Amino acid sequence: MQLEAKDIGFRYGNGPWLFQGVNLTLEPGEIVGITGPSGCGKTTFCRILAGFETPIEGTVTFNSAPLPKKGYHPVQLIFQHPEKAINPRWKMHKILNEGWKPNKEVLELLGIDREWLERWPNELSGGELQRFCVARALGPNTRFLIADEMTTMLDAITQTQIWHAVIEIAKKRKMGIVVVTHESKLMQRLCQRVIDFNDFS
Amino acid sequence: MISSLKLKNKDNHKQLPSNRKKRTLFIILISIIFLVIVILGGVLIDEGRIVTNLNDRNAPPSLDHLFGTDWLGRDMFTRTLMGLSLSIGVGLIGAIGSASIALFLGMAAATMGKMADRLISWLIDLFLSVPHLVTLILIAFTLGGGFKGIVIGLALTHWPSLARVIRAEVMQVRSAEYVQVSQKMGKSQWWIALHHILPHIAPQLLIGFMLLFPHVILHEAAVTFLGLGLSPHEPAIGIILSESMKYLSSGMWWLAFFPGLCLLIIVRTFDQIGENIRLLIDPNRAQD
Repeated sequence: MQLEAKDIGFRYGNGPWLFQGVNLTLEPGEIVGITGPSGCGKTTFCRILAGFETPIEGTVTFNSAPLPKKGYHPVQLIFQHPEKAINPRWKMHKILNEGWKPNKEVLELLGIDREWLERWPNELSGGELQRFCVARALGPNTRFLIADEMTTMLDAITQTQIWHAVIEIAKKRKMGIVVVTHESKLMQRLCQRVIDFNDFS
Repeated sequence: MISSLKLKNKDNHKQLPSNRKKRTLFIILISIIFLVIVILGGVLIDEGRIVTNLNDRNAPPSLDHLFGTDWLGRDMFTRTLMGLSLSIGVGLIGAIGSASIALFLGMAAATMGKMADRLISWLIDLFLSVPHLVTLILIAFTLGGGFKGIVIGLALTHWPSLARVIRAEVMQVRSAEYVQVSQKMGKSQWWIALHHILPHIAPQLLIGFMLLFPHVILHEAAVTFLGLGLSPHEPAIGIILSESMKYLSSGMWWLAFFPGLCLLIIVRTFDQIGENIRLLIDPNRAQD
C-alpha cells in the first residue's frame, strides 16, 4: 500500500511549467511535509495527488496501479477554506455523513458537538466547519490524507486539537499524511521528512 | 459609537413596522388567493350566462352586467372570467413545458461535455435570435392551430433565456469544491445532480417559471388575437379582444376595455408573485 508520484510536471494551458520532475513516495503511517513560497504549485500538486487534476507529465500510482477514477477515492484532500468545501444548502449532519457515518469516537476526538449537527453551515465558525471537513475525509477507506494548509486560518488551540485528533486516528489506521504548511514549527513537530518545492520550479 | 449604532437600528425598526419577509409573503399570498378565485370563478360559473340573449344586446356596464354585454347579448363579465381561466390554464401548461425543456437542456449543456454544450448553446442562440412571436406563430400554424398547436408552440418557444440561466448556474456549482469532494467520495453523477445541483438551481427555476407565466399568457392572447391560436368558439381573451375591435368604433368601449384590463391585472399579479419569490429565496438578494 503505497502512494507514489513519479516525475510529476504541471502547467496551466500553455503557460510556464509550474513544477517539473516532482517525486514523492508515501508509505502507510508516514507523515511528509511540503513547504515552499506562495504560488509555487503546492496546492496544484495536492490536487494531483488526490485525483482532482491529471498531471501533464508523470504518473501517480496507488498500490502500483493508477488512481481509481470511480468510487471512493483512497486519497482524500482537505482544503484550506472549509466554507467552500461545504454545500451551504445542506445541514451539517448531511454534510458529515456524505462519505461515511463517523462514529462517536471520531466526533469526540475532533470536538464536534452533537448540537451542531442540526445547524446550517453559516451558523458555524470556520474552525467548527473544518472539523466537519476532517471528519468527513477520514472514512474507513481513506488510506492517505492530504492536508492542504488545513489549519492555516485557525487559532492555535483549534489547530492543536484538530492535528491531535488526525494524528491519533492516522496512527491507529496506519494512514499516510501529506502536510502543506508555512509554519516551520508545526512542520518540525509533525513530519518525518520535508520536501521543499523551491527545488522544482 | 456603539450606542449611536443601536439608536440607528431602532430608527430603522420604526420605519419598517412589519419586516420585509412578512410583507413579501403577504403579497404572494394575496396574489395567489386572487388567482385561485379567478380560476375557480371561470370553472364554476354558470355557462347559461353566455348564451345569446338578443333582448339584452349592447348593454353598457350596469349592476346586472358588470362588464356590459356584447352584440349578441352575452354577459361580458362571464366571458372575461372564463377567458382568463382558459388563458391561465394554457399559460400553466406552456410555462411548465418551457421550464422543463429549459431545465433539461440547461443541465445537459453543463454536464454532458463540450459537444453537447456547443450544440445547446447554438440552439439557444438560434431561438433567441428570432422574436418569440414569430416562432410561436410558425409552430402553432404548422400544427394546425387550436389548443394543441398553441400549447406546444408556447412550450417550444419560451425556454431559451431560462435554459441559459440554468446552464450558467449548473456550471458554477459543478466546479465548486464541495461537488469535487462529493465525486471523490464516490458519489455518482446522478446523485450529485440530484443532491447538490438541483437544490441549488431550484430557486432560479421557480422564479424563471413564474416570470415565464405572464409572457406565455400575453403571447397566447396575442396569437389568438391574430386568429392563429384558439378556435373562435372558445371564450379566450385574445378572441374577445379581436372580436371587440370591430365594435369599438361604434362606441362600445366596454367590450375591449374590461377584458384588456383584466388580462393586464392577471399578468401583473403573476409578475408580482415571481418578483416577490425572487426577493425571498434568491441567495444574492435575499438580504436586501
